[in-house]
Amino acid sequence: MKAGNLKQILLITDGCSNQGENPAMVASLVAEQGITVNVIGILEDTQSEQPEGLEEVEDVAVNGRGVSQIVYQQALTQTVQTVTKQAMTETLQGVVNHELKHILGQETTIEELPPEQRGEVMEVVDELGETCSLEVLVLVDTSASMANKLLAVQEALIDLSISMNARMGDNRFAVYQFPGRKKPIQQLVDWTSRLDSISSIFSKISSGGITPTGPALKEAMYQFGKKSLRRRFRKDDLSNIEEA
Amino acid sequence: MISPTSKKPDVRLRKGQIIIGKWHKRQYQVIRLLGSGAIGTVYLCLYQNRKVALKMSIQSAAITSEVNVLKSFQAVQGHHLGPALIDVDDYVTSAGHHYAFYIMEYISGDTLTSFINQNGNQWLSPLLLGLVKDLEVLHKQGYVFGDLKLENLIVARNPAKLRWVDVGGTTWKGRAIKEYTEFYDRAYWGCGTRKADAGYDLFALAMVILRVYYPDGFARGQNPRKTLRQKIDQAVDIEPLKHLLKQLVDQTFHEAGQVHRFLLTHAMKRQTTRAKQVQPINEPLYPVVEMIGVLTVGAGYCLYLML
Repeated sequence: MKAGNLKQILLITDGCSNQGENPAMVASLVAEQGITVNVIGILEDTQSEQPEGLEEVEDVAVNGRGVSQIVYQQALTQTVQTVTKQAMTETLQGVVNHELKHILGQETTIEELPPEQRGEVMEVVDELGETCSLEVLVLVDTSASMANKLLAVQEALIDLSISMNARMGDNRFAVYQFPGRKKPIQQLVDWTSRLDSISSIFSKISSGGITPTGPALKEAMYQFGKKSLRRRFRKDDLSNIEEA
Repeated sequence: MISPTSKKPDVRLRKGQIIIGKWHKRQYQVIRLLGSGAIGTVYLCLYQNRKVALKMSIQSAAITSEVNVLKSFQAVQGHHLGPALIDVDDYVTSAGHHYAFYIMEYISGDTLTSFINQNGNQWLSPLLLGLVKDLEVLHKQGYVFGDLKLENLIVARNPAKLRWVDVGGTTWKGRAIKEYTEFYDRAYWGCGTRKADAGYDLFALAMVILRVYYPDGFARGQNPRKTLRQKIDQAVDIEPLKHLLKQLVDQTFHEAGQVHRFLLTHAMKRQTTRAKQVQPINEPLYPVVEMIGVLTVGAGYCLYLML
């Protein structure tokens, strides 16, 4: 079985959107294109477990068929890599479930198999997770309230790159911030295999009060589109994941 | 393709609750919570009047991966690598949610820190020797332990042996480390990659020892490698151990066997030097001690006769 190419958007934010389309709706559109939307909500150190603004976080991730997590900024580094990995595993399980359905001819998921067989299937999932190519577009909310968290975000991204590059498969990362000056999103780092050497990428922060999460997600989706158009003739295995 | 795990609520088992497996129908009674980690929670349970450990998680995939590792450990005969696997099953709640769990041998004992606090740090060498031996066997099997940390180790008694209790981070060599903890992670300290090799475990081993000296850990600072060297110099009071830690942190050792030999040489060396120091004082004294003994016995006998 070929692992193909996994595509993810990782949204890092600290509050709810207040402009443009509903982000949960956009996330489900994005997911339809075979791109998983994961969301990490960052809490202020003084905030309690579940403040109002962050309810959207789970909603967006569920509709984006991804994983969400709400954390304090000290835990950001570890969270960014677990969320990315967990979403990978879940996507791959989806692919494998799809294959199982073909083989067994009925609606069977990995979790419904007896434990003995599940082990063997899980080895396949682990193998795919190690070898598949991964593309992550990191979309960072840089509205004013995020200013004191951006250093932690940058550190977490460097660490994510270290974690993912320990795999056998290829990786590509891109970093965008939103809102941009005149457009919904602004490119900070173009598609690259390593983020180890990024430094002070969040220097230009827009301090406006708007958080157009929906439009930003939509725009982020097109950043995959552009690239896959260029690579369409080289990679045929993209279809594998998109089907599932 | 929406994964069921993202909608499933987290699971909490109550004390006294009876868990019946969906597939094998065995019954386990929950005694108490043992601990909870990144993936899953471990409970102490009773099964046929025997204490066992039950690990359950909202992430079935992770449980299944761990079971795979535990199963492959059992293939290694005559060597206890991690707790024995007893059962694998699913728990179905009244709401119909499935949670994968497995049952393993319950290893009781102290944490390394409390054992060392009670018995003194001269115990570090023998305990480490045993652990390094296990790592060596594990590495030969093609695995790397990954998430080696104080919380995953227990000093089992009779004989005292350092054993690992959670195999969740165990990874095939050459792959990306599955699970790790920042303080023990080689990449976090800028001392190497997060790719599974023997050196990854050896670095974590050094951090385990350091954590005994610094129970609350320490920050990595501006220059992580320098911080490590300073912390080793400041706290570690056994000279060979200090030397070993520096080499582990610098990644000059590539195999657990090298560490084993190092520990062995130094454990021996200290014994022989002590023997040499003691003997010269003892030898000339020996006739004197013997004479005193004879005299005491003689005096006692005289006293007895007089009475």
